[in-house]
Amino acid sequence: MALLQISEPGLSTAPHQHRLAIGIDLGTTNSLVATVRNGVSVVLNDAAGHGLLPSVVRYHADGGTTVGYTAQAQAALDPHNTVTSVKRFMGRGIKDIPDLSTLPYQFIDAPGMVQLKTVAGVKSPVEVSAEILKVLKARAEATLGGDLVGAVITVPAYFDDAQRQATKDAAKLAGLNVLRLLNEPTAAAIAYGLDNAAEGIYAVYDLGGGTFDISILKLTKGVFEVLATNGDSALGGDDFDRRVYCWMLEQAGLHTLSDHDKTLLMARAREAKETLSEHAQAQVTAMLGTGELIDLNLSEQAFNEMTDSLVKKTLAPTRKALRDAGLQTSDVKGVVMVGGSTRIPRIQAAVGEFFGAGGGNCTPLTNLDPDKVVALGAAIQANVLAGNKAGDDWLLLDVVSLSLGLETMGGLTEKIIPRNATIPTARAQEFTTFKDGQTAMSIHVVQGERELVADCRSLARFELRGIPPMVAGAARIRVTFQVDADGLLSVTARELGTGIEAHIAVKPSYGLTDDEVAGMLRDSYAHAQDDMSARNLAEARVDGQRLIEAAEAALAENGALLLDTDELEAIEKRVVDLKLALQGADLSSVKRATEALNKGTVEFAARRMDQGVRKALTGHRLDELEF
Amino acid sequence: MSLDFSRNHFDLFGLPMTFAIDAEKLDQAYRGIQAEIHPDKFAHAGEAEQRLSMQWSTRVNEAYQTLRKPFERARYLLELNGVDAMDAKNTSMPADFLMQQMEWREALMDARAGRDMTALQAVENELKTHAGNLQTRLASLLDEQRDYVEAGNVLRKVRFMDKLLAEIDSAYEEIE
Repeated sequence: MALLQISEPGLSTAPHQHRLAIGIDLGTTNSLVATVRNGVSVVLNDAAGHGLLPSVVRYHADGGTTVGYTAQAQAALDPHNTVTSVKRFMGRGIKDIPDLSTLPYQFIDAPGMVQLKTVAGVKSPVEVSAEILKVLKARAEATLGGDLVGAVITVPAYFDDAQRQATKDAAKLAGLNVLRLLNEPTAAAIAYGLDNAAEGIYAVYDLGGGTFDISILKLTKGVFEVLATNGDSALGGDDFDRRVYCWMLEQAGLHTLSDHDKTLLMARAREAKETLSEHAQAQVTAMLGTGELIDLNLSEQAFNEMTDSLVKKTLAPTRKALRDAGLQTSDVKGVVMVGGSTRIPRIQAAVGEFFGAGGGNCTPLTNLDPDKVVALGAAIQANVLAGNKAGDDWLLLDVVSLSLGLETMGGLTEKIIPRNATIPTARAQEFTTFKDGQTAMSIHVVQGERELVADCRSLARFELRGIPPMVAGAARIRVTFQVDADGLLSVTARELGTGIEAHIAVKPSYGLTDDEVAGMLRDSYAHAQDDMSARNLAEARVDGQRLIEAAEAALAENGALLLDTDELEAIEKRVVDLKLALQGADLSSVKRATEALNKGTVEFAARRMDQGVRKALTGHRLDELEF
Repeated sequence: MSLDFSRNHFDLFGLPMTFAIDAEKLDQAYRGIQAEIHPDKFAHAGEAEQRLSMQWSTRVNEAYQTLRKPFERARYLLELNGVDAMDAKNTSMPADFLMQQMEWREALMDARAGRDMTALQAVENELKTHAGNLQTRLASLLDEQRDYVEAGNVLRKVRFMDKLLAEIDSAYEEIE
């Protein structure tokens, strides 16, 4: 629980007490890793001093990979096997991907999620993302000199369940213990808010390489409360590049291009866009594979005109988020600008104009590096979640960004959890049978705001069987949706009418099953000649050790107060049993002892939770309370 | 098992069981409890604590959302007093109220069709005034007269108003 060590302000904790935790911004264009060192959140650089890692993975024929700057520089040489912006494919089917024709990849339309054919075999976006995460993990371990307890991975607030699940799977595949999936704008708000002791209503405008998020937050003493969020999970800097790319084709009168030239011109388009953030003109020069020379001049004004509709496309979700929060532009005290694309002058001007329209004096805040702020915030949160208490405690209350519902008769959506509900959250709704004697019910889980199921994202389908035969309308099926603190959904259905219960929990169909993840892990270790069983034992030991620490800290805090002597001794015995098991090298006995301690602390945990609630209400110290 | 889910929402936050509510005290109690039991406080704890923390935090969020919104709060208070205000069998509404509803609905449709922001705002203002009056009446019925049956009737009117206001919201979205 919050059994966290507290250090004297300004003093660093001793190295052996500090649990190493990292925050990772897994971006469309670039990824970063950060950590809190000596109370300060810092981005970790590679050996060459780069903080950013381009999210580019090149696969080689021998199964090896190159990730980052080198892969990016070589992209035009090997376009089929060099995957860029893989985040756009996470949790997506082939039909969901726009501009397929401009992409040099060989897509495979796999059920659930699209896959890519490379020289090293067929890869899912989850595997490609895991390669990026592995590099960042290795960088962190090398820099920090120890094993990581876990990581906070950021996701766009507007990511749906399938995209979140895919991200979590990628982290697991990279061997990371995911402490939390954190929404990118919320991470930015933490970094900004703690840095500036901000209070009041803030907006976070986050335009990344491939995604757009807008979040409205209320910052009060120690509480970050997300009031509403909106966005577009397929709008970002990449789209600005593509506009420039299309302009280049038009200007140069080009029609069919080789994949090499496509990749080359896309890179030139991105460079031109970046130049225009600093200068009024950009010169675009490229030598095509055909020997043809492209030499064009792009003015800022022309760029602004060709991208105007994209800028406007970000303002509609912004308006919706404000309306959902029940606020006006004049209520907003500041707009935190996040994501490399917010360097575009026209975007800063448009956001300033939009929020200034209410008469408020609201200039966009850019004092934190828009490329780094998300990773910095994620690291701060990771530090706290890992159990390293920061000087000040704070509370983060986030929301689910897209409504979750079920398909009902006629292909209509019945919303169960509305968008912007604070997480964790659960809602239940009762349904009934349509026909006499019906013994099964098909449940189709969808996410989105539209009325028709066909316009929403299909997350999972499952069947509830074993309903006792009754006349139509007599059975009562309660379907419960639970969204956890990662924003991930699980669904259960129960037949209540006769007291007979059928029960099923689902994982969205876009996610990988635990077996699939385990299979991929095995494959990757087989390739790396790693020993899987040694790995399993090491992981079980870390889990066991963590549980011992948590249990001992809990016992020290209020074991004497909440437990009688017998109960106390029972838990202490299980702690000792687990410690003994950890001294051995037998995986099953470590797991058994861990499970036993887990089970043995359920009642104690419940009492501690109760105690917490009471403490919050009375403001009394624990030792003053009767139990 | 000491995890007590049977406690009512008002008890949970240490508030009296009334429609009139000290919003600041509710906010404080809500944040105070979440600060103790939120899953972020247990990310490093054992499985049992992680699971309980999620259940508790879910429960506290539900209670807070119910008490925070006047409509939900009133409906919940009635439920505690044995009145199911939204019972599907009870749908009768006074004729004059229904007439009024139809007029508002027509005004809304006209504003929508004509993409007329000013007209839309006028309807919205009128609806909000009316909704405010209903809420005042609801408070008096619930807290003073304790006439739960009549309070249920008023609450059903409030629901009509809320639905219209939601339609106004989507009309704004359409016009923008």
